[in-house]
Formats: sequence, structure tokens, C-alpha cells
Amino acid sequence: MAIQTPNGFTLDTSGKRVVVDPLTRIEGHMRCEVNVDANNMITNAVSTGTMWRGLEVILKGRDPRDAWAFTQRICGVCTGTHALTSVRAVEDALKINIPENANSIRNIMQLSLQIHDHLVHFYHLHALDWVNPVHALKADPKATSELQKATSPRHPKSSPGYFRDVQNRLKKFVESGQLGPFKNGYWDNPAYLLPPEANLMAVTHYLEALDFQSQIMKTRVIFGGKDPHPNWLVGGVPCAINVHGEGAVGAINMERLNFVSSIIDQSTEFIENVYIPDIIAIGSFYKSWLYGGGISGKSVLAYGDIPDHANDYSPKNLLMPSGAVINGNLKEVHPVDLRDPTQIQEFVPHSWYTYPDEKKGLHPWDGITEPNYVLGPKTKGTRTNIQQIDESGKYSWIKAPRWKGHAMEVGPLARYVVGYASGHKEITEQINGVLKALDVPVTALFSTLGRTAARALEAQWCCHKQRYFMDKLIANIKAGDSSTANVDRWEPKTWPKDVKGVGFTEAPRGALAHWIKIKDTRIDNYQCVVPTTWNGSPRDHAGNIGAFEASLMNTKVERAEEPVEILRTIHSFDPCLACSTHVMGEDGRELAKVTVR
Amino acid sequence: METPRILILGIGNLLWADEGFGVRAVEALHRSYELPDNVKLMDGGTQGLYLVSHVRAADVLVVFDAVDYGLAPGSMKLVEGNEVPKFLGAKKISLHQTGFQEVLATAELLGGGPKHHLLIGVQPVELDDFGGSLRDEMKAQITPAIAHALGYLARFGVEARLRAAPLPDDATLACERMIMARYESGRPSEAEACRFGDLRVLMASPERSSGNERSLHPHQEDRMG
Repeated sequence: MAIQTPNGFTLDTSGKRVVVDPLTRIEGHMRCEVNVDANNMITNAVSTGTMWRGLEVILKGRDPRDAWAFTQRICGVCTGTHALTSVRAVEDALKINIPENANSIRNIMQLSLQIHDHLVHFYHLHALDWVNPVHALKADPKATSELQKATSPRHPKSSPGYFRDVQNRLKKFVESGQLGPFKNGYWDNPAYLLPPEANLMAVTHYLEALDFQSQIMKTRVIFGGKDPHPNWLVGGVPCAINVHGEGAVGAINMERLNFVSSIIDQSTEFIENVYIPDIIAIGSFYKSWLYGGGISGKSVLAYGDIPDHANDYSPKNLLMPSGAVINGNLKEVHPVDLRDPTQIQEFVPHSWYTYPDEKKGLHPWDGITEPNYVLGPKTKGTRTNIQQIDESGKYSWIKAPRWKGHAMEVGPLARYVVGYASGHKEITEQINGVLKALDVPVTALFSTLGRTAARALEAQWCCHKQRYFMDKLIANIKAGDSSTANVDRWEPKTWPKDVKGVGFTEAPRGALAHWIKIKDTRIDNYQCVVPTTWNGSPRDHAGNIGAFEASLMNTKVERAEEPVEILRTIHSFDPCLACSTHVMGEDGRELAKVTVR
Repeated sequence: METPRILILGIGNLLWADEGFGVRAVEALHRSYELPDNVKLMDGGTQGLYLVSHVRAADVLVVFDAVDYGLAPGSMKLVEGNEVPKFLGAKKISLHQTGFQEVLATAELLGGGPKHHLLIGVQPVELDDFGGSLRDEMKAQITPAIAHALGYLARFGVEARLRAAPLPDDATLACERMIMARYESGRPSEAEACRFGDLRVLMASPERSSGNERSLHPHQEDRMG
């Protein structure tokens, strides 16, 4: 029986059901169920966050100045972005203005995290959905060297001997039987389309990226003082600036600034000579595989980020674009107000939480996080071992946030669609460049590959903005301003009795905001709406499906028992379930168990 | 013998009760002992690939962690050498261990990586207590765990000097905002903060959805029609 969703999808559950649990190579735990018809087309998709989220409740009653540290420990990936969002929320509530240097440093750190996260995501969590490391063993190193030179003439590592060495190392690794990061693949699935040489080139870059990524981290270590968990501070940044200082512990001197500057140059080089060319090279073999767009061409949302000047979070001051596009109308970008109780609301009729009235959504300032684990009547299995989800009932630990009632996609592609629709010059140029290189129309953007390409373009954009803020920081210091923190309202006795605030960022995975209420100097309510809450949301009161579910619809799978296409599309969102839901996992199975019924 | 580069890592999530053991242990080691320059102590938290470069740069790796050995709660067990990654891969209690096994495999693939491994693991008493701290049995294992680590380091010629007085607790290696006393005293009450987790994955008893019991129950299945 087919159901029509208000956001334009036809769900048909009559075909066989495929269950993938857990989805591998993501942060956190997620389950996915789809129905496929006789032609192996996906006709219904159900995504379930299988862990419970509870950060809100453990922050209640705590010191608001500590909240960043807790949010930073939710998971191991976008630590800094939660911390930044949290300090912004507290500063908004307490009306604390930060110094210009703190704004530049925070931007450099946030951009560094974006670059780092995008690079690690592509090579280590996503590339293996397109690249087949086992087939790389069949490549001719000489032909690979020629391919490398044609793909990216400026990348120095391109000799046949270099590729032969990598191939031998890979061979030894595979033959030792321990495949390591390459285990659990579906390496003989026909969904892999690259020739052996492109596979070897990409696997080689996988290793280069692994090696390089630790460099990027160092920027955050220098400004944040601690590795691998940088420090943050309500009111600014915790590092002092002392340009004439030599080796002073912790203080930022010229030597350290020059070091950061050199990391920015190296990052730009790597992104432009390796990451972007790889995306174009891999994309050229997959450009007819245009599945996975979901709602990206219809409804996308960005809060914006990277304030040019300190303390102004209005759209014109944000270098990363903000706004909402709805109903596929790219001619209009709607302003987004995180304070307006009618704009962002979270719904729970299909989530394992309870509200007094579940037909209504709640704005995060009035949000309630009260778990209610009940299963729909058609669930197969037991409460502790579900065989098949009943999506007509509650079926996920993720809430369903909506913007003016619309299910929205967030993330690099959403930001790039908003940027493109609002005529953002740099973004439009980048998009046109890659469309031309691949010789595809703009509609190709609304796909799994479009999401993957947008992430790479954004990494490049972030490199250039890092340079901009680095120059700005140095100029400001040279002009005599070395202030990095405003501690006027550090002491709780200076705070009003009852205040609320909101902080937002564009996390690598998409729009992120924390809403806080502070009462008698303690946290009274804290709600996070994280990117994967938007993308991974279950259905809402009206039956709209979320971005993950929509992206799987009408995709053809080569083999129902091997979820290559499902993984490829879900991974393109870079899902992070650790903060959208809760942190415990079961027995650590890595190979996705796939059940076909 | 050249001076070996030694990395002592505490891994785990501070927010999940006994899951924080590794980080608390390395924090305590840092406060109590002075170590030579070739020994690096680190709060690894739940970081995955970000730790690869640190692991690769080490000849000797010591890991403090909460490990599900299937032993009595609070039991400590040491695992050495090649067994360490295998062990971490055999049965996992949390996400970061999947990540850490991969960190070791990746370090090897890239070349380099430690030749000597020691895992100092303690069987957790309680994990299902989000926002909670270490149980007493776990706290009691911190000093013995440190003694094992120092005993192991002695094989590599490392002499640790007990500090005349431990560093103050805000001199922590981990996070000043989350030092144990502050973390414990700032905790919201049970009435304010719901303390149970996901029934499906935590293998807890069904009544937990309405109650506040803490101990790990044997797996009970609530059959559905």
C-alpha cells in the first residue's frame, strides 16, 4: 500500500524489507530499514537512531561556564564545534561581547575543524563507498603515475616507484589477513566503478590524508592549549597573546603564529592538489549515479557562521551563508530566526520521547527531553532485539526538528545550495567550476555525489578564509590590540537572575545550535539541536520524512543483501549519531548485519 | 638502548561513569608523579584517528581503560604485546574502542607505531549512569593501576619520582572544568536528571524505563506478541 507524504514522496512497503544494523563507518549507532521492489528500487526508507541522547538532562543545575566542556565530550569528532556553540549560547544569554582577536581565533579554530573533519570524513569514512582497495592491487603503477600527473600535475608524489611501494605495503597488509580499516567491505559488488589505477591512486591518498590530518589539528592545539581536547572560555579564548615572548608557556607569540600560518598553507595545498582533484576524478566515473538527492533540491537550511567582525551574528556579517530554501524555490532565500518560537520546533510522535501534546512541536527553549521507549504494534521482535521497526509508531531516539513545519537538510550541500541561491560569489564560482569540470547540469548537485563534492569545495573555501582571519589577527595584534578575553561578567554575582540565550555554528555536518536558560546562576534548561537531528529525523506529526529517509528513496541497489548504495548515501551526510542520540553501543559489531525479509 | 619514546594514554568517556576510568587514571598519574621527558601522558578521551600521529610516534604504549573482560566488576587485568589490539577488538563496551583498535591498525599501515603495548584495564561496575562519576571500586583501582604502569615503565629504564605533594587538582592533564570534585559536586539531582539509558542496547531490565535502578541486570527479554 502506498502512502503519499506531504513533502512529495510515495512510500510503498509492499516489497521485501532489508534491515541494516548497525550502519558502519559512522560515529554512533544507527539502523536503517528499506523496502525494495521487484527491480531492487528502494520504495520506503526508515532510519532509526538507536541510542538515547541525554546531554540536556545532565547539564541541568550545572555552572553555565562548564557546559562547553561537557558538550565537547559527547563524542570524539566535532568536539570544538560543540564547545564553540556552547560558549556562544552562554555569551548570548549574559550579553558578553568578545574581543576582535577572540573572534578571529575562534574562526580559525572552527575553520580548522571544518577542514580536518571534511578531509577525514571523505578519505576515512566515505571514500571506501566509491573506492575499492582490493582492486587497487591489480593496478599498474606506471599507469597510476600517469593518471596522477593528469589528475593533479602539481602534486609531487607521483612516480611509478611511489605507487609500487604503496601497492606492496597494501598487499602485505591485505595478505596478513588483517585488512584493518579495509575490512567489512563488499569488494566484489558491481556498484564499484573505478578502474584499478584510480583505486590505487585514491587508496594512496587515503594514506597521505591519514598522515597529513594530524598536522591540521595542531592549529587548535596551539590556540586551545591542550591536545586533543582544546580549552574554551566564556568571554573569549583562553590563550594570551604576547608577540615578543620567547617560549613563554601557553602564550601566543610570533613563532606560534608563523607555525599556524604554515599549517594553513600546507592545508590549502593538500586540499587543492589532492582532495579536490580526487573528487573530480572519482566523480567522473560515477556521474551517471545521481541517486541520493532526497530533499536537498527542495528544502535546505543553514544558520550561517564565521562572523567577520566580533559579536555580530546577523546574516550580512556571516561569511558562511545563512537562510532557508523551501519547496525547491531557489529564487527565494528565507531568513532564519532561532529565537522565533514558531520557526524551529521539535516533534516527537515518532520519537522515543513524550510531550504533553504530541501533535504540537516545541521550540528548543521550551524543549522537553523525557524518554518514552514504546514500540508500534507491528514491530517484529522484542523490546531488546527488534527484528523489524514499525514506523507507524515511535521508532527513533532522534527527535524530528522542523523549520516552519518543513523537514530540512543541513550540512555542506545545504550551505552550498543556500549560498548558490543567495548569489554568494565565491560559492557560486566554486560550484560552476566543478559542474563544468564534470560536464553536468546544476541539478546534479542534488545527489549523493553533490553532497560529497560540496564538502570538498567547502574545505577549500575554509582554507582561504583561514588565511583571511590569520592576516586579520596579525594586523590587529600589530596595531597594538592583544586582548583575547572579556572577563567583566565572569563572576556569577554579576549575572541577571533569569536569562536565556542561543548559540549557533555551522558544524562540519550542518547547522548546530544550543539553547540555554540560566536561572540563579545555574543552567535551568539546555537543548541542543544537532545536524544529525535534522538529517536523521524520523517522520513528524504530518508524515513528512526526514533527509536520510528521503535520500534513500528511489535508489536502485545492485544486491539487496549488500548495502553499498545505502551506506554510500547515508555516509555522504557524515552522520554523527553520538550527539544526536546517546553514547552507548552494543557489542561493537563492525560488520553491518543485513537481513532481508 | 636508545631512549624509547613512551606514550601513556587514558581513554574513555568521562560522562559515562566508569567509562571515565582511563582518563581519571592518567590524570592521577600526572598529579602524583614526575616523569622524564621521554614519557608523554595524554587524556585521549574518545578521540579516534586524531590520536594516530601520537601513537605512531611512540615506541612503547600504555593504555588505561575500562574494559569488559567478563570478570567480576572492579577487577583489573593486564594485557601485553600483540594481544592488546586483538583484545580491544574481541569484545567492546563502547564506541571508542572500535576507534582505538583502528588507530593501532592504521598506525601499523602507515608504518611505525609502538613495538611494546600494555593495556591496563579494569572491569567497569557501572556504565549506565550518564553524567555520573567513577564507582568506589574503580577509584580504588587507580593507585594499583598506576603502580602497574610504573612497574612496566621500569623495564624501559624509566624512573618515576613521586612528587613531594601531588599537584593541585586544577593542574589536571584533562579538563579544568571537569576535575573530579567539581564534576561530582555539580551534578544535578536524580529527580532533575534522568539517569537511565537505552533499553535496547544497554541490555537492562525493562522496569528501568520507569525506575532508577542502577546495577547491571542480567539480560532480560520482554517478549512481544
